[in-house]
Amino acid sequence: MHIPDGFLSNPVAISTGLASAGILAFSLKKASRKLDDKTVPLMGVCSAFVFAAQMLNFPIAAGTSGHFLGAAFVSILLGPWISCAVISTVLILQALGFADGGITALGANILNMAIIGCFIPYALYWSINKALPKNKGIRAFSIFATGFISVISAAIFCSIELAVSGTAPLEIVLPAMVGTHALIGIGEGIITATAISVVFSVKGDIGSEVIKLPSTAE
Amino acid sequence: MNIKWKWLLIGGVLVSLFLAIVVSPYADENPDGLERIAEDKGFAEAASEEPVWANAPMPDYAHPSFGGSSGTKLAGLFGTLAALLAGLFIGTLLKGKKKTT
Repeated sequence: MHIPDGFLSNPVAISTGLASAGILAFSLKKASRKLDDKTVPLMGVCSAFVFAAQMLNFPIAAGTSGHFLGAAFVSILLGPWISCAVISTVLILQALGFADGGITALGANILNMAIIGCFIPYALYWSINKALPKNKGIRAFSIFATGFISVISAAIFCSIELAVSGTAPLEIVLPAMVGTHALIGIGEGIITATAISVVFSVKGDIGSEVIKLPSTAE
Repeated sequence: MNIKWKWLLIGGVLVSLFLAIVVSPYADENPDGLERIAEDKGFAEAASEEPVWANAPMPDYAHPSFGGSSGTKLAGLFGTLAALLAGLFIGTLLKGKKKTT
């Protein structure tokens, strides 16, 4: 859901740009506390993986495709602050290197996918794991839900931005975006859960300080 | 840093490169959710003809000198490596900052 140039009005582009810049700067500050010799390489690898995975559009309905976002995946592995930095990095690279997402819409895209896409789902993930009994099924469900919610939340904010810009009426664009991204969200949930289980199956020897779950918070 | 961890990282990079170079040409070509909705609901024309940022080396993950899937593969290769380096660079910068606070 990379917004191209021209879809957002100047006030929306500017305000989302300012909001994103501020929140991103704060995230970077928080992220720096979590970065060490183990997490920095993982951050690099996650950036590479998110970029690559976002190139792989899959069909979701006739004539429509979706692609993996990755915000939930990285949030679960490295926490939301680092994930915000990773997704933002990928979005900036995509805009500058490949004109994927308008440069004038970068603020909105970062807000939707790197900020909303990381923090709201992570809050959900954290809450589910705190509130519900700790077992594999709940853990798997929480990961799927995190992936699903990340895409839906981003789509909602994107719709609001388009509506406030006057590009599309909210009553038309919001249901369409949520409906389409519910399908994409299912894909996101499944891919996130699969990818996390692959990483966690190796995790055993790694040391829990890198991949910390709220229910085992030290 | 133990062996398993190193292999996880290397594996991650290799998987990423594999996806971006080998698998990407097979990605679905249909417009994504937002583009599709823009077309169906009639606001696709609001998008600028040309991107405001005119200096993208490989707009749309393609390059004029490389036709078809070679362009996509090249975009995948460069983009994935650039993302890896950018992530490492920013991570290293931020990690360094931590020590001074």
